[in-house]
Amino acid sequence: MSMLEVRDLGVAFGAVQPLSDVSFSVGKGETLGLVGESGSGKSLTAMSVMGLLPLIGGRITAGAVEFDGQDLTKLPEKAYRKLRGGRIGLITQNPMTSLDPLQKIGPQVDAVAVLHLRMTRAEARARTVEILGTLRIPEPALICERYPHQMSGGMKQRIVIAMALAANPAVLIADEPTTALDVTVQAQIIRLLDDLVKSRDLALVLITHDMSVVAQVCDKVVVMYAGRAVERGSVEAIFERPRHPYTQALIGCIPRGLEGTERLTGIEGTVPTVMNYPSGCPFHPRCPRAEPICAREVPAFSTGGDSAAACHFAEVGHAKPA
Amino acid sequence: MKTSSMTARTLDAFARMSIGRAFASGIGMVAGGFLVLLVLVAIFAPWIAPFDYAAQNLMNANAPPGWPHLLGTDEFGRDVLSRVIFGARTSLSVSATAIAISMAAGMTLGAAAGYFGGFFERAVMTVVDLTWSFPDILIALIFVAIIGPGLTSTTFAIAIAYLAQFTRLTRAQIVRLKRETFIEATINLGAKPSHILLRHLMPNAIAPVIVVGMLAIGDGIVLEATLGFFGLGAQPPTPSWGAMMSSGTAQLFLSPWVIIFPGVAVAVTVIAVNLFGDELIRALDIRDRLRGS
Amino acid sequence: MILRYTAQRLLMLIPVSFSTSVVIFMIVYLLPGDPIDNLLRVGSSPEDRAELVAQYGLDRSLVVQYFVWIGNMFQGEFGQAIVLRRPVADLIAQNLPYSLTLGGLAFLFSSTVGMALGTLSAMVRNPVLDRFVRGFILLGSTVPGFWLALLLILFFSVNLGWFPVSGARGWESLVLPVLTIGFGGVALVARVTRVALLDVQREDFVTLLHAKGLSSGAILFRHLMPHALLPVVTILALRIGWILGGAVTVEFVFGRPGLGSLLIRALGQRDYPVVQACLLMLALAVMLGTLIGDVAQAAMDPRIREKKS
Repeated sequence: MSMLEVRDLGVAFGAVQPLSDVSFSVGKGETLGLVGESGSGKSLTAMSVMGLLPLIGGRITAGAVEFDGQDLTKLPEKAYRKLRGGRIGLITQNPMTSLDPLQKIGPQVDAVAVLHLRMTRAEARARTVEILGTLRIPEPALICERYPHQMSGGMKQRIVIAMALAANPAVLIADEPTTALDVTVQAQIIRLLDDLVKSRDLALVLITHDMSVVAQVCDKVVVMYAGRAVERGSVEAIFERPRHPYTQALIGCIPRGLEGTERLTGIEGTVPTVMNYPSGCPFHPRCPRAEPICAREVPAFSTGGDSAAACHFAEVGHAKPA
Repeated sequence: MKTSSMTARTLDAFARMSIGRAFASGIGMVAGGFLVLLVLVAIFAPWIAPFDYAAQNLMNANAPPGWPHLLGTDEFGRDVLSRVIFGARTSLSVSATAIAISMAAGMTLGAAAGYFGGFFERAVMTVVDLTWSFPDILIALIFVAIIGPGLTSTTFAIAIAYLAQFTRLTRAQIVRLKRETFIEATINLGAKPSHILLRHLMPNAIAPVIVVGMLAIGDGIVLEATLGFFGLGAQPPTPSWGAMMSSGTAQLFLSPWVIIFPGVAVAVTVIAVNLFGDELIRALDIRDRLRGS
Repeated sequence: MILRYTAQRLLMLIPVSFSTSVVIFMIVYLLPGDPIDNLLRVGSSPEDRAELVAQYGLDRSLVVQYFVWIGNMFQGEFGQAIVLRRPVADLIAQNLPYSLTLGGLAFLFSSTVGMALGTLSAMVRNPVLDRFVRGFILLGSTVPGFWLALLLILFFSVNLGWFPVSGARGWESLVLPVLTIGFGGVALVARVTRVALLDVQREDFVTLLHAKGLSSGAILFRHLMPHALLPVVTILALRIGWILGGAVTVEFVFGRPGLGSLLIRALGQRDYPVVQACLLMLALAVMLGTLIGDVAQAAMDPRIREKKS
């Protein structure tokens, strides 16, 4: 039973269409990895689910976003606000700039419980301290009296996570939660999120460009390229039997450690900008398997085992190891 | 190192960059065009003005706008339009001269303060900060009080009033540039301070200062008008926009046009200066460099 | 924390106050003519002159004279006005309340209307409103104060007869002067507020605030406005001198009593004890304003408190 289901989502900014035909679903206790390079539309997907597109000047042009059976695209703003921060939580990318520098930590986290759980300030504060403790923040009561600029990046990110959790959400969307952090802290945060999913039965959408993170904690994966979902499936299927040339190339890019003289592989060409998405299959200019039909028709998903790839020639074993 | 060729090159680069693009936008064209027109009017005043600005005609005093006095006459029967035209000459030349002096002095002080730092910098900046928070009108008033009224003292008063601004701005630019790696490299190569200042720091610091200077000319015009209004500026019969409004106050009820038109001239000029200055800032893309002032 | 910051700032003001007072003191000496004559009325007797010399130690060295002068100042003894033959302290006490009223009201008017206008322009996405506010801001920053005053008088006093032309009786006589100073003040505050709000809206933490489910109103008042207040307070504190300057011209045009008109009259009459005292008062006001501005900034922005300047 999926908590969050996105179907054929299309997003436009004026005349530009950065997202098309994006679909995925997450259930309780599941972690979905939304992967892709910068500019593939991952963050836009997050904003769409949260209903925050108008803030940046965008709008949903097609598809549905279903939360617990309810289509959010049809929801009036007032009702959406009740869900935002309440039943769906967002963790943003850059902890250094995600907190209001003029306010103490405590009130910023308290605000969520006050708003969504209708707690008094005292109750909310007690809850904040409790959550901060769960996230392994030392001396939570003292931290509440501090200001954001007095804390480290990793600490701030935990506070952002606390804000997302404060109202007991059913779904968490984490938009590149570790990109701006040190490597050592990254591992801690990822493990933290994993624990939370398991202990609270959350549905987590983990947006990242780091395939190794996906391999560690995700159950399902959706690979995005140039505003489209190109492959989706279980994490095993994606990593061991990738069927889309882009996914294969991505997996091939992961450095495999000290195995001797294997060269690092990249993918030829560059990611297209929103202004010039290629026609048909967006990957065709860089694809080793491309044929004329790829430039003409957007491929439909073809299923194979527990994965589905949007490719006219989806099959295991396209990319050759270097 | 031939300073003149460096100056020429800097000015040339500046001219090519800014003037072209600043005039390109609609606002830039109108505002800039108006300013060019104004300068031309000021230069060719004797040929453009329909009447002699000092010619009195008491029988036709306080005449409302009409023919042949398009903007009316003042209490001595002098043609308002001609006086406004010649007033442009006074206002523009006084303000421009004053700002030029202010810029030169301010840039020298600011560059020295920024470059040499230490006690010298702190001393200069303390004095500068103090004057900067004083309203320009007060500084000018004090100065004129000391020296006495007249165009020369007005010029110097305006120059002193804006000195702080240019010092601060230049110092901020120099300090910012000092930290750049290419300066470090030049120092490491053994260059002398004068060389670094003249050849590297100043050319890069000039652009914001020139734009601020232009905007300051606008403020200077208002200041000159205010001083003239208090009777401390150009002495009769030299026409200045401010002085016209001063003597016109007594006739406020009888012949308001004597006050209205010079004021409009000042307002429109300063608005044009500001609008064009904004376009310049956009064209030169130096908005961030001006934050410090 | 804040106390320490205030103390720091106060300490830094001491050298500034010192140098300012020296400059003001020196004015009398920079003038053409014998400084002692500058302090005397025309037609004074040698006895008067001797008395003055004795009282202010004018035959001693400059340094001593300065300290005598400053010492007197602290005791509230500002000397005698040359022309009016009254203690300067009296003159100041008489005129100061008028200046404070005008300045205070202008300040209040500028900040409230300015912030409202700036907020409206930044938050309500109406291009017509935006164009109007931007035009108003441009006008407010460029129109010469005294000309505006004259226009207002012409229109409201002469043509419509709503407000008195000059004088300082009753609240009606405050309206036009406050409007004149306020015009520029509103423009300034509106501009700063508008820019600050537009800037802060683009910050990352605002996205997260929306993601928390807060309403736009709550976000505006609890989070955005404090950020906008910062530069507004700063600029207002720094511009206290400017507001005072505007008051000088306005007092003159409207014939209101106050420090400004006192100063201008004294300048014209070469009444230097009065000039010095007025300048000292104004300088004090400017420095006080800067201090308050600095402290207010530190109170509002925790990041500033940490910096050791």
